[in-house]
Amino acid sequence: MSPPDVTTGGGKLQSVLHPAGWDAVIISHLSWVLFGAGTLIFVAVMALLVLSLRRHGRPARAMLWIGGGGIAFPVIVLTALLAWSTWRSTDLAPQTSRGALTISVTAKMWWWEVRYQDPATGREIFTANEIHIPVGRPVYIGLNSADVIHSFWVPALSGKRDTIPGRVNGLTLRADKPGIYRGQCAEYCGAQHARMAMYVVASTQQEFDAWLKRQAAPAAPPSSSMLEQGRTAFLAQRCQFCHTIRGVAEGGRLGPDLTHVGSRMHIGAGTLRTHRGTLGGWVADPQAIKPGVFMPAAQDIDGPTLRALAAYLEHLK
Amino acid sequence: MTPPTPASLPDSLPNSLPRPEGEFERLDAAWVTPTGWRFFKSVNNTSIGLLYIGTALLFFILAGILALLMRVQLAVPENDLLSPGTYNQVFTMHGTVMMFLFAIPIVEAIAVYLLPNMLGARDLPFPRLSAYAYWAYAFGGLAFFCTLFVGLAPDGGWFMYPPLTGNKYSPGLNSDFWLLGIGFIEISAIAGAVELIVGILFTRAPGMTLQRMPVYAWAMLAVAVMIVFAFPAVIACTALLELERAFDWPFFIPERGGDPILWQHLFWFFGHPEVYIIFLPAAGIVSTMIPTIAGTRLVGRRAIIVALVGVTFFSFGLWAHHMFTTGLGVLEMSFFSAASMAVAIPTGVQVFAWLATLWNGRVRMTTPTLFLLGFLFIFVLGGLTGVMVAVIPFDWQVHDTYFVVAHFHYVLIGGMVFPMFAALYYWLPLVNGNQMSETAGKWVFWLMFGGFNTAFFPMHITGLYGMPRRVYTYDAHLGWNLLNMVSTVGAFVFAAGVLLFIVDMVRTLRRPTKDSGNPWNAPTLEWLPNDYYGNRSIPRITSTNPLWDQPTLPQEVENGQHYLPGTATGGRETIATSPVRAEPRYLMVLPGDSWLPVIAAAGTAAFFLLLTVKLYPLAWLCGLVAVGGTVAWLWESDRRPPIDEARVADDLVLPVNARLSASQSWWGTMIMLIVGAGVFASFCFAYIHTSMRLEVCPPPGAALPDPIWQLGSGGLLLAGSGLILLAGRAVGRKRLPWLVLSALGCTAASFLLDLRGHGLAGLDPTSSAWAAAIGAILSFQGLHIVVLAIAGPYLCLRAWRGHLGERSRATLDNVALIWHYTTLQGIAGMALVQILPLLME
Repeated sequence: MSPPDVTTGGGKLQSVLHPAGWDAVIISHLSWVLFGAGTLIFVAVMALLVLSLRRHGRPARAMLWIGGGGIAFPVIVLTALLAWSTWRSTDLAPQTSRGALTISVTAKMWWWEVRYQDPATGREIFTANEIHIPVGRPVYIGLNSADVIHSFWVPALSGKRDTIPGRVNGLTLRADKPGIYRGQCAEYCGAQHARMAMYVVASTQQEFDAWLKRQAAPAAPPSSSMLEQGRTAFLAQRCQFCHTIRGVAEGGRLGPDLTHVGSRMHIGAGTLRTHRGTLGGWVADPQAIKPGVFMPAAQDIDGPTLRALAAYLEHLK
Repeated sequence: MTPPTPASLPDSLPNSLPRPEGEFERLDAAWVTPTGWRFFKSVNNTSIGLLYIGTALLFFILAGILALLMRVQLAVPENDLLSPGTYNQVFTMHGTVMMFLFAIPIVEAIAVYLLPNMLGARDLPFPRLSAYAYWAYAFGGLAFFCTLFVGLAPDGGWFMYPPLTGNKYSPGLNSDFWLLGIGFIEISAIAGAVELIVGILFTRAPGMTLQRMPVYAWAMLAVAVMIVFAFPAVIACTALLELERAFDWPFFIPERGGDPILWQHLFWFFGHPEVYIIFLPAAGIVSTMIPTIAGTRLVGRRAIIVALVGVTFFSFGLWAHHMFTTGLGVLEMSFFSAASMAVAIPTGVQVFAWLATLWNGRVRMTTPTLFLLGFLFIFVLGGLTGVMVAVIPFDWQVHDTYFVVAHFHYVLIGGMVFPMFAALYYWLPLVNGNQMSETAGKWVFWLMFGGFNTAFFPMHITGLYGMPRRVYTYDAHLGWNLLNMVSTVGAFVFAAGVLLFIVDMVRTLRRPTKDSGNPWNAPTLEWLPNDYYGNRSIPRITSTNPLWDQPTLPQEVENGQHYLPGTATGGRETIATSPVRAEPRYLMVLPGDSWLPVIAAAGTAAFFLLLTVKLYPLAWLCGLVAVGGTVAWLWESDRRPPIDEARVADDLVLPVNARLSASQSWWGTMIMLIVGAGVFASFCFAYIHTSMRLEVCPPPGAALPDPIWQLGSGGLLLAGSGLILLAGRAVGRKRLPWLVLSALGCTAASFLLDLRGHGLAGLDPTSSAWAAAIGAILSFQGLHIVVLAIAGPYLCLRAWRGHLGERSRATLDNVALIWHYTTLQGIAGMALVQILPLLME
């Protein structure tokens, strides 16, 4: 099956009903049983209601109706449901980093900082809003928050888990098939809660390894004078105060790491597709696109410089 | 049915005919509701009830308009009709106003209006308290709503989770306004609970034993008890957040030992019972109306009452099911999951009892019936999705999505709004005798029912397709577009139904007043002939369905053949009966109309509002007006009645007013103290919670006071209480004021000792959440000292002016209660602060 197209999606990108991961599949089975049983009970009660509206010769026996319908029936159904759902839940992936690939995710207003460990050097590799994972392998996401409470949720792979400042939570993801899955912050976190998405790219182990290797490399050097001019503009605009481009300026951690920003599908936590035009528009005035975001608009930047900066960022694959 | 002639009436009624001349005129004069602008000083439950219902409906419409704004914004993806900031204010206000300014107030409002009539009482036991609560709610609520027009409305969600709502991430006044708005509803909800508990337990018509008490009264009793135990948690957590915001006491700031989860525990400990505080009154309304529309007795009355009590208990064991995604322990979660499912059982009992009642009767298809059937349809569906979200892994997926939005709108609109509309159709004839249009009613129902399901059913699917709550917009490629558009259309259809309802209601209320009679042939007492004084005479009840089983009752009551056909003291009064068997105990004298509650409420509202916008001198001035108004209103109460005994029936003479636990004000004080104890317990929980999260307790840099200070403080508290006990035996003696003042000295000194101990130990509430929690416990004790510092001199003043005697000593007894409670609370607080760190070692 081909991965869903990120631009059309067809309603499957972020859907509980289109599971593609271990936990999500179990929960979707659970859901369908709940929906089926719920529908049956609903129809039965409504049928009883309709029958009750007609006239009857023989009065209802209170004990039977209340004792049977009101007590015995729910007790039996609910006990069965509790037992069965508890039993089914034991199959859910254990929430542990043991034997799993570990990725750290820090939720920030309003984006996701993602950290991997470089298998070659042991150094941390920072990226943002896009999580690559190998298929068929448990991946433990260590979750925390830098500011307020957020909630990490990729419906096609698993349920959600809150990120709470001062506490560390974790969540195990296991994608069963390669694809791109969308996730979104699920706990209200302020002005741009609606624009705090992330994408999970599940691919084969080889593809994943290759991706991680590329991410571990420092930023691509400019290969033209225009790109050179873009890099100069990056520094001149003091972007490095908040953003890191490994090999150019390191240390800025308030905003997303831009070392490989051009390789990511989106900017602004899923707000815009990444290309020269959107990058330029974002840098020129992020407030117009994502009002309330902490990034200020570029100051006194002329058209050619902006275009060069955008080209340079796009080139950071 | 022809009215029975007086000759056919049984001759063993409490009062004989003919009634003395002028008796009715004096009753009427004592209770007459002022007209014109003086209407607003009225404290009668009928006037306050109508104002209260009207105001709550106004908020329903205002919050509904906010909902429509949200639906327009979400109708299409990437919409920019509302800015993100505005949208966030709008959804926060929609939730907050619907929950706090519509749902809770209207269930209390309906009870204020209806209960005294249903119980056969002339009024609620504390009419001025009702008036104060209403006006504080009306002034405060409207001012709170207006913050939306200046962009200062809260924008942190109706659950206000910190740290988002703390100073760092919400530096503006918006969050403060939320805390303020909630303050008003805390006042009016608790005042309502006091009224309801005392009213239901002590002012029922003679013969209306607990067994015969209407199910609605049972439901409201359960609700009032839930308010008493649930609201303290929200009072406490809003107080903690305001302390954090105003004084930088870091309860919820993790870097300084605070914990955002503390808020969630306290908020949901209130927040879940809150759902039942809204639903149980509706369930009581349904149990009242279903026998009438089916024309038969309620099946399983006893089972329904047991179910109501069961829900009251269960509702306090469910709060953490709002927190399944925060990473609670497996065991905790399983407990809350099982409890959340179990609460379906008492609800199932009620649903099947209603179905069986419908089965037994002949159902008349009137508008109230349609709304009740609509309620059953929507509520059963919402209940089933409720069981689904109690399944933990399923909740991990749908929590905070539109599935949950759909679920709770099914439960709340289905479970509460539909029964409320049924109730408005059913009981509106009580207001001016006219029924609303049946034709328009059918349109209203189908628009609302169709619109509701069109709007909210698709949201289940939207949520499963991954749409989270509280987003101001969404991407076009996620498959949510059509579903959202359908929801928007449904919302407008629903709104059209509400609009038609309002038009018809206004039209009906403008028609000339006539006698309502008993239009639905209902069995309950509110359909007795009545006026602002309630019933001409207070009926003697011999059955659960008095109007069915005592067919001559309306005539007898109107003739004045039952209890208290006039006024004994010349003022307002009702009969106090025993709580279980409803035997007449004493004549309860009630206060008359007054501007003082309105003034006190305006002062209270202005005080909090001005405090929020930091206009301190003006705020304190208004605070003085509030305290002054309250003291002035209390000053008029607890006076020696003009007569000591009153004849309420041919062979029944009752004492006028009662002492101690027999008196209504003693119970009112007791309930307030239970609320206070709940707030105190919540602060203690905050102290325990923050201590448990420490590696070492006390945290580095902090220390506990030397126990000697607190031993001394405890000793002085006991001395203060002892002196108050002595004062209780010195009524009418010269030494009483001096005993009270010495007691005040001891109690105040005890607090200073405690403070001094902490001061020497270097307590700094801004340093850590642990220290802040101690600060909160101390402050709460300090608040009680302030109350005593007002009450003590007030008592002395009453004694000196001769308003404190053996026949008018309720003020003294009630102040003594508060005094002893303060002693207990002070000792408990100091013991906890000292002992907990020892236990943790």
